[in-house]
Amino acid sequence: MPSGIGLELAIAAVLVAIIAVAYFVGRTRRQPPPPEAPAARPEPARPKTVEVDSRFPPPELVTEAPPEEELVEQAPPTVAVRPTLAERLTKARRFLADKLDEVLRRGRDEETWDDLEAVLVQADIGIEMAARITTDLRSRLDRAEAADASAIRAALREELIELFDSQAERTLVLAPEGVTVWLVVGVNGVGKTTTIGKLAHDATDRGRTVALAASDTFRAAADEQLEEWARRAEAEVVKHQPGADPGAVAFDAYRHADARDIDLLIVDTAGRLHTKTPLMDELAKIKRVVEREGAVHEVLLVLDATAGQNGLVQAREFTKALGVTGIVLTKLDGTAKGGIAVAVENSLGIPIKLVGVGEGIEDLEPFDPKSFVDALLE
Amino acid sequence: MFDTLSGRLDEIFTRLRARGRLSEKQVDEVLREIRLALLEADVALKVVKAFVADVRERAAGAEIHKSLTPAQQVIKLVHEALVDILGHETAGLEPSPRPPRVILMAGLQGSGKTTAAAKLARLLKSEGRRPLLAACDLRRPAAVRQLQLLGEQIGVPVHAEPDASPAAAPDVASRALAVAESDGFTDLIVDTSGRMHVDPDLMAELRHVSDASKPVEILLVCDAMTGQDAVNVAESFLAEVAVTGIVLTKLDGDARGGAALSMSYVTGRPIKFAGVGEKLSDLEPFHPDRMASRILGMGDVLTLIEKAEQAFDQAEAQKMEEKLRAAEFTLDDFLNQMQAVKKMGPMSQILGMIPGMGKLPISETDIDTQLPRVEAIIRSMTPGERADPGLINGSRRRRIAAGSGTSVQDVNKLTKQFDQVKKMMRSLSKGGGAMNLAGIKGLRGGGTMAKPKRRR
Repeated sequence: MPSGIGLELAIAAVLVAIIAVAYFVGRTRRQPPPPEAPAARPEPARPKTVEVDSRFPPPELVTEAPPEEELVEQAPPTVAVRPTLAERLTKARRFLADKLDEVLRRGRDEETWDDLEAVLVQADIGIEMAARITTDLRSRLDRAEAADASAIRAALREELIELFDSQAERTLVLAPEGVTVWLVVGVNGVGKTTTIGKLAHDATDRGRTVALAASDTFRAAADEQLEEWARRAEAEVVKHQPGADPGAVAFDAYRHADARDIDLLIVDTAGRLHTKTPLMDELAKIKRVVEREGAVHEVLLVLDATAGQNGLVQAREFTKALGVTGIVLTKLDGTAKGGIAVAVENSLGIPIKLVGVGEGIEDLEPFDPKSFVDALLE
Repeated sequence: MFDTLSGRLDEIFTRLRARGRLSEKQVDEVLREIRLALLEADVALKVVKAFVADVRERAAGAEIHKSLTPAQQVIKLVHEALVDILGHETAGLEPSPRPPRVILMAGLQGSGKTTAAAKLARLLKSEGRRPLLAACDLRRPAAVRQLQLLGEQIGVPVHAEPDASPAAAPDVASRALAVAESDGFTDLIVDTSGRMHVDPDLMAELRHVSDASKPVEILLVCDAMTGQDAVNVAESFLAEVAVTGIVLTKLDGDARGGAALSMSYVTGRPIKFAGVGEKLSDLEPFHPDRMASRILGMGDVLTLIEKAEQAFDQAEAQKMEEKLRAAEFTLDDFLNQMQAVKKMGPMSQILGMIPGMGKLPISETDIDTQLPRVEAIIRSMTPGERADPGLINGSRRRRIAAGSGTSVQDVNKLTKQFDQVKKMMRSLSKGGGAMNLAGIKGLRGGGTMAKPKRRR
């Protein structure tokens, strides 16, 4: 429940706003706004049709026994044909590695530490954490004499790996029995739907039956995008009309999955900025609605590797709204280093579980701190 | 989440205000803080370095203005340096020698190209032009459909070939151009696939789409939340096609927006538009000076006024000011004005535009969640009580609390707070028309917030 202090501040805030408006508008003798200026609108009341119109085709009977129960996903075997994450990242990340080489080659002096810090900052790790790492590294190496380039590199690697929780559970949780539900959330444009396509493909590949809930009822054609991924991944889609209540879609999808003994339900949601309270509440409601019938086993926050320090704020706000259980770091196939994910795991304790490394349906890999750091430094 | 660049600089300058003339050492300190603040705001490192060097130079050569305090001088310098990077004027779209004017949207995946394309089309249409949208994102599933639906919503035709293969994007673009030419459209807005700037094939494809559609305007669409990578993205796109401007999207979040600085600095191209919401009307011309002011914690008074003018009429605002002056403001007025202010957008956003409000010790979202409760309490009062909260005794308080689903304490808080504000108003208007913002700052209550510990 909101605290009373919040109430007082809210009143003060409104008064301030009113006074400011009175002050500025009451005084300025300005022309009225041009006629075509759009009138300001109240904050997002997304259409909320509660109409329940599941257009899902009549189901086939699934009589097969579900695959043997596993509590956790196994890491997919690394197939030789596909380049590893490190390989893919090597090219894109030469920049950082080159920078590091350059810094280390020059020999160790005062500037070495500043430059090392700069390298980390440019990976979006954040100035505060970069400074902390550099200071630690420095105090560690100042004691050891004659730390050469390779010693500094090794120490930095260790330092970076230590930022991750070595005990963290990075595999996705499955229900011991019944329907497993994963809820996928994030700000706009981070790659939620694409990630869901990849997750669905991985699951059907392992012989699981998968349904996708089209709870992004806001963005134009979001359901059709999801359907295309479902077709590729051989999964089903449960959807309502555009503009329908996303909670109702998730609820129906759960009912559907439960009735048909589907193994995995992945709920797609509309992208939303974490600053929009009504939309964050809506997300919490989707979760609650599913939990009325079953359980939500993972709340996956999709983070864009190109995001800067705001990624940390996003993770904090989404966690506050509905308890994020894991991070999917997408778009690691560019030059962005995804350093903000390090900060997220380190400061919020939310494990990074998966990384997205391309637009192909198989371009999703389990996250491994060591290879992530190696890819950064080698 | 107001601990933004504005907040950081605010903090530095609050500290400086207490001091006299700036020594060189103090300038160094300020510059160090500015460097940190900019890095925390995701401004790319190399841009930060150049910026700080620039400010140092300006500081060294600056004339001492007697009328300015040292802090004001630094603010002025930093502001000027910011505006120099962001651009001095609001840049409009490039003119085209003959119609149709072709505008190409390019950018990374998820930066908001399709939405920005539709918003831009809507904006042009509202200016009386006849835009055509071309759906040349043939890679992302349902991207064509998305643009078609958006086109329907805004009543702008869309040239779409849903069955074309991804490689056919340049052909679709050139056919769209032919349609735009023959059917007398004034503008053609070409939506393209999102692409990674390191993907040579897709970057070449972008060039082909550009060659086929002959744009006069190539807008690089960039997410305001982008981090250090903004410079790499900007450089790569600029190397491939003749970027003429930038669209900064998702500016309605709380990202510190350092990418705006990085992008303008690296490309030397102006930011032309800002995406500020999910509705198709939420695209605004980008105002560099306002952005610079915002960054500096000087508020964004111009935007505030613009928004206010849409929500209030002049007479109403004047009447309100008079009432405030005379301290005749009732809870009814408060309720009415609250409704009007709400029309301007989320309270948190509005507060962010008010000078000096950058440090309000309140989470951005809290205010907006509290408003319905405030409203409920006032609505549970009788007209008499609203006019004179003094009437409210114990039993009335209980009735109001029960009626609004709040507690007696909440009702108390509201009336007390309201009383205090009225008292403050009275003393302010006695102070010779000094209803200024310095007075309003008193509302912040907490005074200066605890300074976060700083390293170095």
